[in-house]
Amino acid sequence: MATQEQRTSIVWDYAPAPESPDHVRLRDSYGLFIDGDFRDPTDGTRVPTVNPATEETVAEVAFAGPGDVRRAVESARKAQPGWAALSGLDRGKYLFRIARLIQERARELAIVESMDGGKPIRESRDVDVPLAAAHFFHYAGWTDKLSYAMGGRSVEPLGVAAQIVPWNFPLLMASWKLAPALAAGNTAVLKPAETTPLTALLLAEILQEAELPPGVVSILPGDGVAGAALVREPDIDKVAFTGSTGVGKDIQAALAGRGIPLTLELGGKSANIVFEDAAIDQAVEGIVQGIFFNQGHVCCAGSRLLIQESVADAVVEKLWARMARLRVGDPLDKNTDVGAINSREQLDRIEALVASGEEEGAVRRSVACELPERGYWFAPTLFTDVAPAHRIAAEEIFGPVVSVLTFRTQAEAIEKANSTPYGLAAGIWTDKGSKAFEVASALQAGVVWQNTYNHFDPTAAFGGYKESGFGREGGMSGLRGYLRVSS
Amino acid sequence: MTDRLPVRKTYKLFIGGAFVRSESGRYDHAGEFNVPRGSRKDIRDAVAAARKAAPGWAGRTAYNRGQILYRFAEALESRRADIGAPADEVGEAIDVLVHYAGWTDKFQPVLGGINPVAAPFLSFSQPEPTGVVGLVAPDEPELLGLIAELAPVLAAGNTIVAVLSEKGPLPGLDLGEVLGIADVPGGVVNLLSGRRGELAQALAGHHALNAIVDASGDASLGAEIDTLASESVTRVRHAAPTGSYAEATADPLSRLEAVTELKTAWHPVGA
Repeated sequence: MATQEQRTSIVWDYAPAPESPDHVRLRDSYGLFIDGDFRDPTDGTRVPTVNPATEETVAEVAFAGPGDVRRAVESARKAQPGWAALSGLDRGKYLFRIARLIQERARELAIVESMDGGKPIRESRDVDVPLAAAHFFHYAGWTDKLSYAMGGRSVEPLGVAAQIVPWNFPLLMASWKLAPALAAGNTAVLKPAETTPLTALLLAEILQEAELPPGVVSILPGDGVAGAALVREPDIDKVAFTGSTGVGKDIQAALAGRGIPLTLELGGKSANIVFEDAAIDQAVEGIVQGIFFNQGHVCCAGSRLLIQESVADAVVEKLWARMARLRVGDPLDKNTDVGAINSREQLDRIEALVASGEEEGAVRRSVACELPERGYWFAPTLFTDVAPAHRIAAEEIFGPVVSVLTFRTQAEAIEKANSTPYGLAAGIWTDKGSKAFEVASALQAGVVWQNTYNHFDPTAAFGGYKESGFGREGGMSGLRGYLRVSS
Repeated sequence: MTDRLPVRKTYKLFIGGAFVRSESGRYDHAGEFNVPRGSRKDIRDAVAAARKAAPGWAGRTAYNRGQILYRFAEALESRRADIGAPADEVGEAIDVLVHYAGWTDKFQPVLGGINPVAAPFLSFSQPEPTGVVGLVAPDEPELLGLIAELAPVLAAGNTIVAVLSEKGPLPGLDLGEVLGIADVPGGVVNLLSGRRGELAQALAGHHALNAIVDASGDASLGAEIDTLASESVTRVRHAAPTGSYAEATADPLSRLEAVTELKTAWHPVGA
């Protein structure tokens, strides 16, 4: 025992291992990508995009106004018949080209993703960028096989797709949206998030390099005003949105009576359930991966940790010891586990919810790590003595904060897990296979990870139950939202 | 034979497996009969009954659900003459039930399957019932228009709250008696007559509803349903009234997709 304690008490010193941004060629200023070229906004503005780890400007970016949105939709409309008329094979070849170019520029894309959004380079390098390429590669292969994906039905594209993506996985979400839309023969107008437009603009350069016909994809950085204008455009045939449940509801209401197909991938408050018969050390790693991955800026984050009472103290203590070892800091450092909070606004939101947790009587523990002076940071935080009615147990925090609740029986675990308007994801930790499958089928969640957490793949459907949205992205089902089918 | 004085039927709503009057005490005339005019409260009771019945119905094996749907077809066949709808229409409605009885254990492999993920995991996606589905039936055809929407929703394992044809609610209300002898558990199908606009609004605005199928063919009601549904991200499918067996079975997958949720599970392999 003594030896073991000694071993776990070792604190490793890491020398800084920053990824060099020298290789990155960013322009000082980016226009709107419309009809195949970067263009000045007509009624938009230009704003700086900021590195949340340093608060320094990375580049200046054009934000679209309503007139710019109209222009982009018009170009998408004009380009759509030609794009749909290409053979499936040729459409596929364009998508394969894009996948390859993302792979070629992977290092640069990963660095810019970390600079613009604050996520650790380890994640942008190993998760975001490879998965983005994989999505294009997967859907490239569908272009000439679409009716097989629809159970043999005949298919046609919907037309012009309006797509809005969030700031937590900027390039990856853009790829989730664009790849299936283009594979199905639609053209697209994509709005990246306000705080993270840069990798989408690098993707625009890649589209140029791939010689994608002009107008097939337009990319319009902008804020909520541009997004609201885009979904209200009269000449669109599809809306796909990933973001908060509140905005999702607004979009669903804005489309009332228009008959426009809608895909919504919204918020979550996902339960990560640890049973007493779980492999505890493995579960602790999974809990960390579930909530601290990407600073908790993950819609499917395992933010409600449900632990069976008999092992609750042991799990919490092991988790706390593990959390103390998390390295928080420079997103470009290859040792970093937890990077910067994406924006000032998001940091305020996290701080407000954490304060409410303390006020409502939950017990807070935050890791005592040294945080950089500039930039937006939040130390990994654990709440115990949480009641289901507390705001930190019910509302999406979207930060590195985990709320621990306990349960006695399997039935209670399922009831607590399902007792939320959300239904995006869940985790189950047990060494009993039959139990894992039984609980998985009882959970109202679109993704259930058994003895693992936060894995994604272009072949696997992703999307929510209940107020976490509808429609699926990924795999065959990801094409359904971009096709009109007939028997 | 002397003239026998017939026994007249009292039409009632069908909620939670029971025949009940509208709590509002209101009624409308339908030919020689009085029919209950359902209220917002009746809708709430029906949604509660459907919610309660949902886990049990979803938990039945696909085979069992198929047998019950087929039993429903058998029961309707034996009561053909008692349903206040033209014989041809009843026949087509029965055939629609037979068609969807066969889907209960077949849509899962068509819509889902194993995901060949690029990592050591067994990952699979399978469609599950979305839960409680609201259904706004068209005015015509009174029976077939209802069955064409009801059958896929039931086959997929959901429970139902249906607003019947306002113009001709009798065939829909008669259906409650058939359901009662068809082994369909109480609460799985709930049938309400009344003013369509009033009931559809109450239904679409109910936050415990998971999806709504609007087959009213009424565009302005459809837009209202969309707006109310957005309050709780309720799934909406709008459909033109279905007038034949061929239409009801032309694209069964789209009908099933609209009331199912794809669930993806991941399980490590090795490690």
